[in-house]
Amino acid sequence: MTNRTIRIWTLIHKWTSLICTLFMLLLCLTGLPLIFHDEIEALTAENSLPPMPAETPLKSLDDAVASALATYPGERPLFLSFDEDRPVVNVTTGPGARPPVAQMHISAIDLRTTRILADLNDDKGFMHVMLRLHVDMFAGLPGELFLGFMGFLLVLATLSGVVLYAPFMRKLSFGTVRAGRSRRLKWLDLHNMLGIVTLMWVAVVGLTGVINTLSVPLVAYWRANELAAMIAPYQGKPIPERFASVDAAVRTAMAAAPGMHPQFVAFPGVRFSSNHHYAVWLKGATPATNRILTPALIDAETGAFTDMRSMPWYMLALRLSQPLHFGDYGGLPMKILWAVLDGLTIVILGSGLYLWIARRRTAQDRTAAGPGLRPAVGEAAE
Amino acid sequence: MKPRAPLPLPAIFGIPAAIALVTAAGLVTALLDDGLEDALSWAALSVPVLAAVWSWRKRER
Repeated sequence: MTNRTIRIWTLIHKWTSLICTLFMLLLCLTGLPLIFHDEIEALTAENSLPPMPAETPLKSLDDAVASALATYPGERPLFLSFDEDRPVVNVTTGPGARPPVAQMHISAIDLRTTRILADLNDDKGFMHVMLRLHVDMFAGLPGELFLGFMGFLLVLATLSGVVLYAPFMRKLSFGTVRAGRSRRLKWLDLHNMLGIVTLMWVAVVGLTGVINTLSVPLVAYWRANELAAMIAPYQGKPIPERFASVDAAVRTAMAAAPGMHPQFVAFPGVRFSSNHHYAVWLKGATPATNRILTPALIDAETGAFTDMRSMPWYMLALRLSQPLHFGDYGGLPMKILWAVLDGLTIVILGSGLYLWIARRRTAQDRTAAGPGLRPAVGEAAE
Repeated sequence: MKPRAPLPLPAIFGIPAAIALVTAAGLVTALLDDGLEDALSWAALSVPVLAAVWSWRKRER
């Protein structure tokens, strides 16, 4: 590598890092409790199921929706999602088909009694604040896309860091940490060592984080293309005012896709459905396929099956980006490793910032010394 | 430390590439199934952490 290429990569590394570092520190710190959100919420949860005989028959989904609407009169159902391991559905209601999240209400409903177990509308608690800071800094879609761009800069900073690793390590064996000389040298070695060992994890979590921030535009694109093609025969038809049974719609969808289970139902008019359909989003039954969702469209007026299509690649990427970013797909040990790697990333970010400040200070002290302040650059030019 | 000849790229990136591949394999494995696959991914994701611990423990003081 010539001196010039190193200098260009140094500039790329410096500026992409400097711009995103403070936001990345925010994301790493707020992400830490979010890794354990299941465990933390279980500590404070009050929505445990009352004991009832195991054979208690379940009420219909329509009864569950009616129960939610009775709690929030004047609203309409938007989503209904299924808990994985207990007879509970979560019904989301709101004043219109696509209200802002702040106006939605989520009720966890016991399907044996249709009694509301808990309202999941915690929008002041610690975890909610962490989540909003992490997702959009309370700034909605622009905030989300902005953080996505910061994540993109992080990926660039990581890649340029890998390129710069070569000139720095030309005469050092892997894992060298020279802790006995200057403070700056110690942190430089630590920055390089931690950066290179966590490279793949940081790149994957960074990239999947970026993909997650694109969820709104990706779903909009899917609606405009795939969904539009599926519902082409409905163009120009009046929007139904009364909906057929959601329970029957789910049964129809499951009959059309044997072996699959519903993950959630999107009611007519919401972002994940058409104006004329229940979209029943089905998942596979095995661990490898239960992350892949297939929407089945059921006519909301007649209850007839309309169409079912597997997701295009970009929706699959969006779907897979969730576990790969959250680290919630391998039990508690994986979450602990996620937290440790997150901590190491904080050290990389902090040491990078420190090295920049320390070098600026040396540069000011030695303004007369001219170029060649970076030992590695001089070394690589030999 | 004695001055020595610059290392070739494979010597610089050999171990980091191996760690990166093991990490990637660990990230994907746990997606495929529960049980054994999860345990394999824990082992794989421990590799970068252990490499960091090892480097720190043998640091030059």
